[in-house]
Amino acid sequence: MPRSLILPEFLVHRDEGRCTKCKACIRQCGFGVHAEEPDGRISANEQRCVNCQRCVVMCPVSALKVTANKEIGRENAYWSAERLREIWRQAESGGAILTSMGCDRNYPVYFDHLLLNASQVTNPSIDPLREPMEIRTFLGRKPEKLSIAGPPGEERLAGPLPPGVRLEMPVMFAAMSFGSISKNTVLALAKAAKQMGIMFNTGEGGMNPALGPFWDHMIVQVASGRFGVDSAYLEAGRIIEIKIGQGAKPGIGGHLPGEKVNEEIARTRGIPTGADAISPAPHHDIYSIEDLRQLIYTLKEATDYQKPVAVKIAAVHNVAAIASGIVRAGADIVVLDGLRGGTGAAPKMIRDHIGLPVELAIAVVDRRLREEGLREQVSLVAGGGIRSSADLLKVICLGADAAYLGTAALLALGCHLCQRCYTGKCSWGIATQDPSLTKRVDPEAGAERLVNLLTAWQHEIKEFMGAMGINALESLRGNRLQLRGVGLPQNELDQLGVKQAGEAM
Amino acid sequence: MVERRDDYHQCYEGKIRIPSGCAVAGFINKTGERVNGGTVAEMMALMHERSNGLGAGYAAYGIYPEYRRAYAFHLILADHRTREEVEAILARNFRITEEHEIPVRRTGRYKKAPLLWRYFCDPLRLDRDGALDELLLATTMRINRLAPRASVMSCGQDLGVFKGVGYPEEIAEFYRIDQYRGYSWIGHGRFPTNTPGWWGGAHPFSLGEIAVVHNGELSSYGTNKSVLENFGYEMSLRTDTEVMAYAIHYLRRQNMSWPLVAKVLAPPHWAELERMAEPERELAAALRRIYGGLLMNGPFSIIVAFHGGLMALNDRLKLRSLVAGTSGTDLYLASEEAAIRQVCPRAEEVWPLPGGEALICCAEEESACHVA
Ligand code: SF4
Ligand code: SF4
Repeated sequence: MPRSLILPEFLVHRDEGRCTKCKACIRQCGFGVHAEEPDGRISANEQRCVNCQRCVVMCPVSALKVTANKEIGRENAYWSAERLREIWRQAESGGAILTSMGCDRNYPVYFDHLLLNASQVTNPSIDPLREPMEIRTFLGRKPEKLSIAGPPGEERLAGPLPPGVRLEMPVMFAAMSFGSISKNTVLALAKAAKQMGIMFNTGEGGMNPALGPFWDHMIVQVASGRFGVDSAYLEAGRIIEIKIGQGAKPGIGGHLPGEKVNEEIARTRGIPTGADAISPAPHHDIYSIEDLRQLIYTLKEATDYQKPVAVKIAAVHNVAAIASGIVRAGADIVVLDGLRGGTGAAPKMIRDHIGLPVELAIAVVDRRLREEGLREQVSLVAGGGIRSSADLLKVICLGADAAYLGTAALLALGCHLCQRCYTGKCSWGIATQDPSLTKRVDPEAGAERLVNLLTAWQHEIKEFMGAMGINALESLRGNRLQLRGVGLPQNELDQLGVKQAGEAM
Repeated sequence: MVERRDDYHQCYEGKIRIPSGCAVAGFINKTGERVNGGTVAEMMALMHERSNGLGAGYAAYGIYPEYRRAYAFHLILADHRTREEVEAILARNFRITEEHEIPVRRTGRYKKAPLLWRYFCDPLRLDRDGALDELLLATTMRINRLAPRASVMSCGQDLGVFKGVGYPEEIAEFYRIDQYRGYSWIGHGRFPTNTPGWWGGAHPFSLGEIAVVHNGELSSYGTNKSVLENFGYEMSLRTDTEVMAYAIHYLRRQNMSWPLVAKVLAPPHWAELERMAEPERELAAALRRIYGGLLMNGPFSIIVAFHGGLMALNDRLKLRSLVAGTSGTDLYLASEEAAIRQVCPRAEEVWPLPGGEALICCAEEESACHVA
């Protein structure tokens, strides 16, 4: 093999004065960077390093430092180091470049150009420590009219409501399949979801029997590969989600290579061990909106109309019209996955160059559905790049009922965003099936970290709401008047439906 | 005729939303006996300090016994050309049986008042249930689209709204409301915080068979507005009270009783709801799930006049004052107790309304007055 011309992306610095040769780094690195030399020294093969920081965090004497290798050539403002490396890599491999997690390029982040409001004088702010702050929400179809029976004073519901699912706070864990992440990671998410009264999502990985206790908090996904989909699976979930697309790779299918399909994954997905698990780009039974309608109603029939059916799409340019079609096709929940949404594996060019920021997607879909008088019938869920309680509130003010957390949840479990999930070597034990690595995520401890994160966000959300003088989450949904834009041109403000900072109510 | 107009064309109102504080008052006689507007005007006058002269108004039910079946359109118009436009809109769906300028007392302050016109009309054709509600709604929306040149003060049967820029006592004097006799009255004085004032922006707000006076500011305005837009309402007057009136209108169109309307506007907290007995709990939870977007968040006290009754309601946290008092078959409501004591020194019972609990009082039916 000819010598690679690419300099390592990261440099591993070992303070030989501190290093005690304990070899912890050798054991910790999932990528085989550190090795013991015959002379007893510990060396680092920097070409392999992905800068996941595991060895740095775990080194008991803090002898390690991993930094980006800035000196790779005469990069400039136009030819960045990243672009140079891509070209060299493709010149050597002849293949599309794979990556993981969400788009990391510096497109505008609308969240960072939106500011929230607060009350002063004319409207009192509310102290969340004194007054109840209600952040519960519901997902599912709403009837156009509530049918009520009985004489005034003794009214009751005349019939059952369409199925709905209660969330104690407006977040859920996004679809992440067993296969792309480890079983322990799935269990941590499930436990945290149960504890917080929210939902987690199986992704297209099928349903592991260990998830039994968490069915009440489970969204089961039906993706184009239909892995693990049978009636028991559909019955087990509270919500059924048809996955049409994913923000990280709109229009692209999925591929779990055979070497990762161990016996347990094979059983859960209903495929032979070692076989590639391929999710085609389209559902081969959905080539049009009418076909989608058939699948939605097939799933509803199969579950006796007891479960809301969600349809998840990647946010693309025509998202408003597509979402309206999805609602008319009978979906109860529409999930919009934005440009920044993560993935276990995606071609880098696709991840970085297709899609729409979720802020815009939610704003335009919410507006279109209102114009068509459809918005109040369905729920809208935002996914893709929610980083904080502030992002969450902003996306709700733009029109979402709730948001999916994917990357943020994995970060809570220790992920350091190295974007190498597709290698299956995750040193943090998250995106891997290697038993020596997966044991690094303890479902209990992991769940506790997730619960901590969400509890912290709850506190922050309540503070935000109190400041705005709002004590129920339903009064924030689509409340764009609580937002103002800074540093955005008028047409972007118009698309977001938000006024310029400085404009009055 | 000389064209009169207010300085409507240079004001902000109708273009931006104005937060405001206010005074409200209400009166109803449970036997349906009609009284003149002097009482409610006196209550409002006492609360002079709560207004700043930028808007006041009154609404009354029972003032047009000779036209009981007709829909009384009260309009604020910029000029006669606008009146002709409005008349064309009305004529599409209504037969106008009587029309005239609303009689006013020309006091010095109102030399430049807008044109105030009243039509009594009958709907042309009604083919199905609920068609009338939709017709009144569509006609009002169509006329309000001309704002600030035109706005509908009220359009209900046996109902009239009289409002404008000024202190409550000035508006009462101007419209001669002591000359009208109604079985229920509501009044309002505004304290908008940053507006030159605009006739169409004064309260009460009315749509169809309801009229609302409101003291408060809605933090949920953005949400309420977007939900109502989804259902075909257009917010052309940009005040919180408009949203409140439309929300009530929408809920009434859903055939909801007044106690249920109140439960949507100011629902019980989830924790309270969990303690309710079935099937009440189930219904309350469904109302919140389905109509959560119409929850009115932020401080408010409102009095709603409807055919045959009044409803008074405070926000769930009780962030605005509202007091009730009774004397015989009379019920008084006001932002301040003093206003009630002023007109009814011997009130039998006077009490502040608790947060989120509606007081609903219906006339002409014995003991129909109850706390929901
Ligand atoms: S553990 Fe991570 S940071 Fe450390 S050497 Fe290995 S890949 Fe690099
Ligand atoms: S999950 Fe693991 S492999 Fe993926 S980005 Fe995070 S640390 Fe890297």
